[in-house]
Amino acid sequence: MTTFVQRIGIPKELLSMDDHLRVMTAYTATVTVRLKHGVLDPEAETTKQALERLGFEVEGLRSADQFELDLDADSADSAGERAEEMAERLLANPTIHDYEVAVSER
Amino acid sequence: MVEVTVAVVQFGGSNCDRDAERALAHLGIDAELVWHEDGLPDAASGIMLPGGFSYGDYLRAGAIAANSPIMAEVREATEKGTPLLGVCNGAQIGSESRLTPGAFTTNASARFQCERVHVRVENADTPWTAAYDEGEVVELPIAHGEGRFEVTDDHLEELEREDRILFRYCDEDGAVTPEANPNGSKGNVAGVAGERENVAVLMPHPERITLPDIGETDGQGILRGFEN
Repeated sequence: MTTFVQRIGIPKELLSMDDHLRVMTAYTATVTVRLKHGVLDPEAETTKQALERLGFEVEGLRSADQFELDLDADSADSAGERAEEMAERLLANPTIHDYEVAVSER
Repeated sequence: MVEVTVAVVQFGGSNCDRDAERALAHLGIDAELVWHEDGLPDAASGIMLPGGFSYGDYLRAGAIAANSPIMAEVREATEKGTPLLGVCNGAQIGSESRLTPGAFTTNASARFQCERVHVRVENADTPWTAAYDEGEVVELPIAHGEGRFEVTDDHLEELEREDRILFRYCDEDGAVTPEANPNGSKGNVAGVAGERENVAVLMPHPERITLPDIGETDGQGILRGFEN
């Protein structure tokens, strides 16, 4: 991955010494929120039945919510940590949901 | 009669706030509508989270309101012992803000259900249930799409051991059966208490069955919890 620092040729070590010049990269953190295994999903069940009415054969159907968060962060790890905190605090309900976070550069 | 002023907290999309105020007034309990952005009044000696569709049920019912700044004040007040009752969307806000255990999610039918149900009083030893006898069957209206109580089996057992289940859906004779469960709630749970019994939430609407002009008055005893 090419950061701004690499592009302009300033050694990263020099910049890291200066708090005012943090190198930020644009990331997209994708948070996928699904019901925990075993928790009934009536909407998915209804959707499956509708597909079957259309003549499709479906053994099982699970649905999930996906959130794409555009974040500027100094590393992919830190972008991931922030997204995880957002999932814990709001995007998922830990009582009924599991979630996954995937980070990519924008 | 104990002097109480119940703050009925309004969020964008609350729609049972005035019903709650009127039902409480009928019982001689002073109530005041409080817009969430105005914060909790110092005078509030009770808090009601009314039904409705706060924030259009975006994300999950109750999730956005649960993170409104007033909820930090609400939590602080309940920790000092202020009674709180959450009804329907107020119950969803209560569980989303983790004031009460479990989660209320999509009905097993995947439909919005507006009907009369029976609930059995499981623990009559709380302010919210003291007007009833243990095992008494109460008729209450429900109106929700996301009322299915979900909790792990272990957590449900813990709640049962701690006597925090207040109401279970039952038939008119008080039998707790799958057929009498309108929304697929785990353990037929219709209402639970928080860590302390001054906090309680339920999906049925006691305020809709309190005014004698409308009909039965089974819900009065729950609202009287603010006085107990």
